Amino acid sequence: MLTLTLLGLLVLLALGVSAPFIRPDRLALRLVHGGVGGVALALGIAAAIRLVAGGEVSELDLPLGLPWMGTHFRLDDLACFFMAAINLAAALVMVFADGYAARQPEPTRALAPLPIFLAACNLVLLANDAFVFLLAWEMMSIASWLLVLANHREDESRHAAYVYLAMASLSVLLLLLAFGALAGIDGDYRFAALREATERPPMATLAVVLAMLGAGAKAGLVPLHVWLPLAHPAAPSHVSALLSGVMVKIALYGLARFLFDLVGAPAWWWGVVLVVAGAASALIGILYALMQRDLKRVLAYSTIENVGVITFALGLSLCFRASELFDLSALALAGALAHALNHALFKSLMFCGAGVILEATHLRDLERMGGLVRRMPYASLFMLMGSLAASSLPPLNGFVSEWLIFQTVFASSALHDNLPRLIVPLMGAVLALSAALAAVAFVRAFGLAFLGRPRSVEAERAVEPGGTMMTGLALLAGGCLLLGVFPVVTLSLAESAAHGVIGVSLPAGAVGWIVLAPLGSGGAAYAGFIVFLALLGLAVGTRPLLARLWAERRRRAAAWDCGFPDASPSTQYTASSFSQPLRRVFGTAFFRARETVDMPAPGDARPARLEIRLIDPAWDWGVEPIRRAVEAATLRLNATQFLSIRRYLSLMFGALVTLLLIVAATQQ
Amino acid sequence: MFATIAYDLSHMAGAMVLLAGFVVLYQRRVLGVLRAFAAQSIAVAGAAAWQAYSQEAPHLYVTAAIALLLKGIAAPIALNRIVRRLDIHRTVETAVGIGATMLAGVGLVVLATLLVLPVTVSSAALTRETLAIALSVVLIGFLMMITRRNAITQVVGFMSLENGLVLAAVGVKGMPLVVEMSVAFSLLIAFILFGMFFFRIRERFDTLDLQSIESFRGERR
Repeated sequence: MLTLTLLGLLVLLALGVSAPFIRPDRLALRLVHGGVGGVALALGIAAAIRLVAGGEVSELDLPLGLPWMGTHFRLDDLACFFMAAINLAAALVMVFADGYAARQPEPTRALAPLPIFLAACNLVLLANDAFVFLLAWEMMSIASWLLVLANHREDESRHAAYVYLAMASLSVLLLLLAFGALAGIDGDYRFAALREATERPPMATLAVVLAMLGAGAKAGLVPLHVWLPLAHPAAPSHVSALLSGVMVKIALYGLARFLFDLVGAPAWWWGVVLVVAGAASALIGILYALMQRDLKRVLAYSTIENVGVITFALGLSLCFRASELFDLSALALAGALAHALNHALFKSLMFCGAGVILEATHLRDLERMGGLVRRMPYASLFMLMGSLAASSLPPLNGFVSEWLIFQTVFASSALHDNLPRLIVPLMGAVLALSAALAAVAFVRAFGLAFLGRPRSVEAERAVEPGGTMMTGLALLAGGCLLLGVFPVVTLSLAESAAHGVIGVSLPAGAVGWIVLAPLGSGGAAYAGFIVFLALLGLAVGTRPLLARLWAERRRRAAAWDCGFPDASPSTQYTASSFSQPLRRVFGTAFFRARETVDMPAPGDARPARLEIRLIDPAWDWGVEPIRRAVEAATLRLNATQFLSIRRYLSLMFGALVTLLLIVAATQQ
Repeated sequence: MFATIAYDLSHMAGAMVLLAGFVVLYQRRVLGVLRAFAAQSIAVAGAAAWQAYSQEAPHLYVTAAIALLLKGIAAPIALNRIVRRLDIHRTVETAVGIGATMLAGVGLVVLATLLVLPVTVSSAALTRETLAIALSVVLIGFLMMITRRNAITQVVGFMSLENGLVLAAVGVKGMPLVVEMSVAFSLLIAFILFGMFFFRIRERFDTLDLQSIESFRGERR
């Protein structure tokens, strides 16, 4: 299995390397996308089968790379789960990409980095030493940077790609330091050695903090999320789907690998840090999503929310593990993993749907959409399913995993340490708030884009594209529905992975084909299939019933005009007016939201203007001061480029004498 | 009995090298600098010869001969000819005053002693003190390079630094010849390079004063 996987990755790399040399026509696009999709599908299915069948952990050492080290690969349950999740999502996105990329102005620019990106993501999962891990991580960063840069002629893309590259470099630097701190001075960088180390080096705490920051920066945890809302909208839509569905999951895998596997038994505060960071990301991410006008930015901020949810569950699992409540720990981890898979599917669906809208209308601004449900019926159906899943509503897949995570929050009173016992329910409440706000955000996004009347000529003239784009959307939406109606598929995979990490199975009967009872027979239960049947029955049965009962009393009248006799589309709700109440409640504190009204003087015929200003605190108070400091330091240090020989020698002499003084002062 | 004499004599040779280093630092005339440097090189040759005798390591005689011939005689004479042929300004142009430089030199000797003596507690007494002196000589050579403006005095500072390295090398028992050979050759190469460099600078700028070269580069000082 491991060897075959590596061969699959070699195929991907070969595709990536040869892509620039083949003639850029429709056939080439289909060949590359089809090849990537095929390999991804094969890898995903193989990983899922291995996970359910319960294969052994396989390892492989190759004498490549650094001569004294070689390269080490390993395929265990955790890696297998992520491999199944990202490859299945990627394979479905590739179906969409086949139709979508052909309509791009320069489709070949994303062609070469795409297979390499997916290969690097899989390689991160297979790495069994820090060297391979970091190499693959960096490969993933650079390939995805090229993907973000695909529309390089737009300033927005270049800026986003630059910020993204800076944050990716920061992330890999922090992880490098984390591995260094974990392995110690003359450490062994094989994961096997790190795993088996009996006593933790004194710097292990530092390593944990660095790993949280490094993986968090890549995953988009607040306050390291600044790149995410820039990069996702700037990239072509299939790339956005891959970034959000695949790469962010790999970052979370890195976090889980480090904290659950490499460092050993957790301290109680690790989980608390992740729980707080996760809840904060969820709340701030979704609040921000509520206030965006750009559809893809809404989705990008919603990704931050979902990363927060997954991180929250990972932290909860660590808390339970530190209290030695292993079955609850396994349950929380299974919830986190299931949500990772579900999010990969529904967010890919949403980004691809945004791509379809972009193709049909060339619009990303919600204020100019509207009424698309009539012009694009199928796309709106699939986007509705995606919105339901993203708002965690049954019977779609987002509900199941989030419900599972809340079930474990209710069990948190069993924790041994007082602080987590206090904080986890509080943060659970924050998470519940953000789940409710997510529903608002997606009602807003879907309603403004698809319902009402068109707000612009482009929206009025939209034509739904056909072909593989819609096939891809349909497959993704079908996946969301399938995993929502039969959550046992997701959960049996997640359970196997959690069993592999924690070493404990979920309670017997927790995961059944019909009923899901995670806390055993006494706790809450969910039957996705029955809910689906009931909803279907209600929807199908109600209409004829109503029609028969009230058929005689039906009468036609003029539509109520809601007090707006003017029929212009601009009298409808706008994106900004829909989110105004929440912006006033939350935005004033979090984002310094300010509204300024510019009223024309009496007699002046120009329209009044209402302007809204928001800041991103992480950008204005976090990134901006650092950027300014670096710039100032660079300007100062620039002078050292033009010194005389004697001054350079003086610098060396000063450094030498200083070091000697330090040695003389510190030795005894 | 012999052990103490060996110790005293090698100690004295090292001290002579260090003293000559200070003399180099103190000179106000370029020709004086060259003479003091010659004296230092001869002292290094003496130290090497005495180590060769007392350690019964005949290859150190080669080191001594190289130090004496190349650095004690050939280099000063050659530099002397350069100074005369190019008619270089004979005053040492200082960046930091002579007195301050001397004080800094004393400080460096203190630092070297404080540093080396505790670090090498386990080694033999002879090795320890020779190392302390050698480090002082290296640091003083470096100090010479950064506190003097003229290119000739910088070369002398560099070679004086090399002298410190040779002193350290011969003080340690069992150091193979290869090291000293490489030191000597690097010195030779550096010397040739500097010689060519002088002529080129002189041809172009009519001076060996680095200050005017810097102003030619358009730099602030």
